Amino acid sequence: MSDVCIVGIGIHPFGRTDGLSGLDQGVAAVRAALADAGVMWSDIQFAYGGSESAGNPDTMVERLGLTGVQFINVKNGCAAGGSALFSAQMAIKSGEFELGLAVGFDKHPRGAFNAMPAEYNLPDWYGEAGYMITTQFFGAKITRYMHEHGISRTTLGRVSEKAFRNGVHAPHAWRREPVALDAILDAPLVSDPYTKFMFCSPAEGGVALILASEKKARELGRPLIRLKAAAMRTRPAGSFEVFAPSIDIVRGGSSTMIASADAFRLAGIGPEDIAVAQLQDTEAGAEVMHMAENGFCKDGDQEQWLAEGWSEIGGKLPVNTDGGCLACGEPIGASGLRQVYENVVQLRGDGGGRQVPGNPKTAYSHVYGAPGVSAVAILER
Amino acid sequence: MRAIAEGLFTDEVPPRLVGGRNRATGRILFPCPPNADYEPWPLARQGTLWSYTVQRYRPKSPPYAGPDDFRPWAVAYVELPGETIVEARLADVELDAIRIGMKLELTLVPLDPAAADPVLTHAFRPLASDQGKSA
Repeated sequence: MSDVCIVGIGIHPFGRTDGLSGLDQGVAAVRAALADAGVMWSDIQFAYGGSESAGNPDTMVERLGLTGVQFINVKNGCAAGGSALFSAQMAIKSGEFELGLAVGFDKHPRGAFNAMPAEYNLPDWYGEAGYMITTQFFGAKITRYMHEHGISRTTLGRVSEKAFRNGVHAPHAWRREPVALDAILDAPLVSDPYTKFMFCSPAEGGVALILASEKKARELGRPLIRLKAAAMRTRPAGSFEVFAPSIDIVRGGSSTMIASADAFRLAGIGPEDIAVAQLQDTEAGAEVMHMAENGFCKDGDQEQWLAEGWSEIGGKLPVNTDGGCLACGEPIGASGLRQVYENVVQLRGDGGGRQVPGNPKTAYSHVYGAPGVSAVAILER
Repeated sequence: MRAIAEGLFTDEVPPRLVGGRNRATGRILFPCPPNADYEPWPLARQGTLWSYTVQRYRPKSPPYAGPDDFRPWAVAYVELPGETIVEARLADVELDAIRIGMKLELTLVPLDPAAADPVLTHAFRPLASDQGKSA
């Protein structure tokens, strides 16, 4: 079967853009991606779109053109973008389509996400008593992980320090000022052991990717960035997820572990073959845990990785080269596609001040969402 | 004093949390799911601290129904041996004295201590006989 290729990318900068709706930012991203691919909206045969809080993505046809295009909305928590990408590549793999779009955008209110118990099939008391808080889960999860695997708080701080340093060089990032390690560690606590610099914030932004069959990609004459694998999985038994009134004593794996294994199997390569990775880092410890869950190191080895700078740009596996969620913020519908956007930039060699040296040929992205959904994509040039 | 929800804990003195036991697999979880696959299963009163964090800001209302006056509280996962690991607030412990592995027992605490007719919710506190040992 021929490969699916990414032939166009577009992004609306993340952060806060007063005066523009989430949909406006999605439309801007689509127009940028169309221009990048050298195609017209009327050439697009299908679209998958993700948005959590900014309206139904298919309504953007009003802005882009009423071509009658097939447009399917995707809602999959923080993994919405990854799910849209998975669905879009399947449409091309089916042989029915040659050229399509995966788009994600969002615009969230300021402050922490405010989830309601009923949306997660939980009883009302769970929210009334103050448990409906994502940061509690993140804090409790990393506290246990640090206890079991000897990860220090300094390592968490180093993850944030790296994110802000990388974000300086990413025009689409929200936070573009470096923050010193001491300032990160000494900032006010949000949910122990995390300070405010160790959590990403809900944000705004839009990302669009144009996907094509290999035949179509060759016609367009764009650099062939191949989507070698896209996998999306839900949680196995014994995982530890957000909004859990109880968890099983017999611990199991995670949706990330099985999505990652699946993606490597599909691509026919292993973690040691990856040159650059974007890993879900909604909080500093997420990057730490996801390094191991995606197979890039053993549990506990992250302490040395961060101390030695192995996940820095220029390290043996650069992680979150645009600053990730920590520097870009998290517009849910767009976040997973931002990772793929960044990987295409890196594989094309267009990363500027954040470009991974050595002409990278393989790139990995991983997004995770509530309550236990993960999507992984592997690109090759 | 009222319970925050019906069927969440037994009316024994002292009470126990009511979990659910899967009739087919024996899996125990909390709270008891409202479907026929699970039967109510009163859980052990004592356990050990598996992990924790501290809620440092007032959650948004709704859904939070606690007092406007906010003080940080600890949220723990407590392992009840052979049953499940339940999420619950911690009571009667200084935030910097919390340790993974400490022994805990169930208690009920008012969601708003200043309320005239407070709503009771579940929490765990250091086991009386264990206090001093960890100090």
